[in-house]
Amino acid sequence: MKIVVGLKQVPARDSLFRADASGRWIDEAELTFEINEPDAYALEAGLQLKEKHGGEVVVVSAGPSRAARSLREALAKGADRAIHIEEEHMERWDCLCTARVMARAIEAEKPDLILTGLQSDDAGYGQTGVILAELLGLPHATIIMEIEVRDGAIRVKRELEDGWFQHIDMPLPALVTIQSGISKLRYATLMGIRQAKTKELRRVAAGELGVAPEPSIEISRVYLPRKTKQTEVLDGSPREAAARLVERLKFEARIL
Amino acid sequence: MSILAILEQRDGGWNRMSFETLAAAGELGCELGEPVSAAIAGQDVLTLAAEIAGRKLERVYAVEHALLRDYTADGYAAALEQLIRRVKPSLVLFPHTYRVRDFAPRLATRFGRVLVSDVIGHRIEDGRPVLARQLFQGKWNADIRFTREAPNFASIQAGAYRAGVVEPGAAQVEPFVPELDPSMIRTHPAERFRGSGQGVDLSAANIIVAVGRGIKEKESIPMVAGLANALGAELAASRPICDNGWLPMERQVGSSGQTVAPKLYVAVGISGAIQHLVGMKGSKTIVAINKDANAPIFEVADYGIVGDLFEVVPALEEEIRKAKG
Repeated sequence: MKIVVGLKQVPARDSLFRADASGRWIDEAELTFEINEPDAYALEAGLQLKEKHGGEVVVVSAGPSRAARSLREALAKGADRAIHIEEEHMERWDCLCTARVMARAIEAEKPDLILTGLQSDDAGYGQTGVILAELLGLPHATIIMEIEVRDGAIRVKRELEDGWFQHIDMPLPALVTIQSGISKLRYATLMGIRQAKTKELRRVAAGELGVAPEPSIEISRVYLPRKTKQTEVLDGSPREAAARLVERLKFEARIL
Repeated sequence: MSILAILEQRDGGWNRMSFETLAAAGELGCELGEPVSAAIAGQDVLTLAAEIAGRKLERVYAVEHALLRDYTADGYAAALEQLIRRVKPSLVLFPHTYRVRDFAPRLATRFGRVLVSDVIGHRIEDGRPVLARQLFQGKWNADIRFTREAPNFASIQAGAYRAGVVEPGAAQVEPFVPELDPSMIRTHPAERFRGSGQGVDLSAANIIVAVGRGIKEKESIPMVAGLANALGAELAASRPICDNGWLPMERQVGSSGQTVAPKLYVAVGISGAIQHLVGMKGSKTIVAINKDANAPIFEVADYGIVGDLFEVVPALEEEIRKAKG
């Protein structure tokens, strides 16, 4: 089974953000980056399927040169090959632009299954996977918790709202977006890290893929959210703050 | 030019978020001076279509086909693509549901457009809509503009618009039968089912103490449970805690867990991603304890303590026990 996993490198989860000079994106200069968490679960799902059914896991990422580090990390965890679609300036791209270059790179691989995380932790559109499926003419399913391979097809368990689930049968090739937290993520072993250095990491300039990035939406401004509620922040030492809170709960909220 | 609100039903019952989308469509239509129509898809949706025909809408399209009985992305994308090519709206709005997340990106791609997903508000600038949505799990916001001509697409976050006010009108119900063929539908959904262990009904609790990623390890759960105990509260959690197996899934609050509205909700080490907020923002009084003063949970909190929860929680438990005598 040939599996392609699409992954994105995003700012680390606990980053503190500032707007950049244009005011249209955040200043990336001092940030650290990591594999988008839902994509890490997609990679894990891909590696587990390979362990069970054999085959190959190819990781694909579109991003600036720093994204190569995340691809190396995926190789160290057990992916067989990596494709890096290199583009330094993706700030103005929308997810259709990204999916278009990824589709070009993935097409040639002819995978049986494409996996992505259900959304990215940065822009969070939650669409690149589904758009990829449409561009490649494949069926898809989103927010998937389990994948079972059955006679050249798959049965997936899809999460619905409010604690409901549903199984979906679908043919291969297909694209599936993976829910976060569905299994335990593996760490790269020392051996894995050593092996990763010799694995193929192919670089393709996005411009060579023959897709003109023509975004259909643009960010005109980024800003800190305005509070919808007036939050009273209780200052002081932990004990003082706790005492103030108890007082509020007693006399203002009248709960205690 | 017109706005088309695509609503959601299952087995003949409304998804309530549909009415919030209608409200958003109504506001945008009024401000842009464009008429608003609605569409509802399924096997048999004329009754539902008639239900909203008493609103101030131009038309209500009942998109009906036997192949739309069970939701599939292939079926919905094909049917709605045909409707949109017929109706030619300038803007198509959806409720941001799991289902819309599944098919709407596919649909927008067929028009060479990107769905502006999870919209929390809007304003009009130079006669065109500017849509607000969240970045970085709610830590930042962005204003988004469409750069291309009609049709454009956006989905509305739960709770972003009030479904309340209904302007009366007399819309015309128009059946629309898409051309669908079984071979177009490649996925085959089975019956829906509930996860096991739905034993705890958090919605009945008066007070809830909920714990999130901030506690870092399982060993810290008893500390938070101590606080819950002092308050006489149910213990709940955000998704990552349940994914890790630190607390059972049945104690999860949020879009994939339970929706609660207790008198008091104490969020401990929960940053407040939208998936969590939609499950608890209706609580009467919200307390947030978090080390990051910019965490989105403080946007909905009445009282906040910015600090190290490992110091604050034990101190708070002690103060509560003292106060209760």
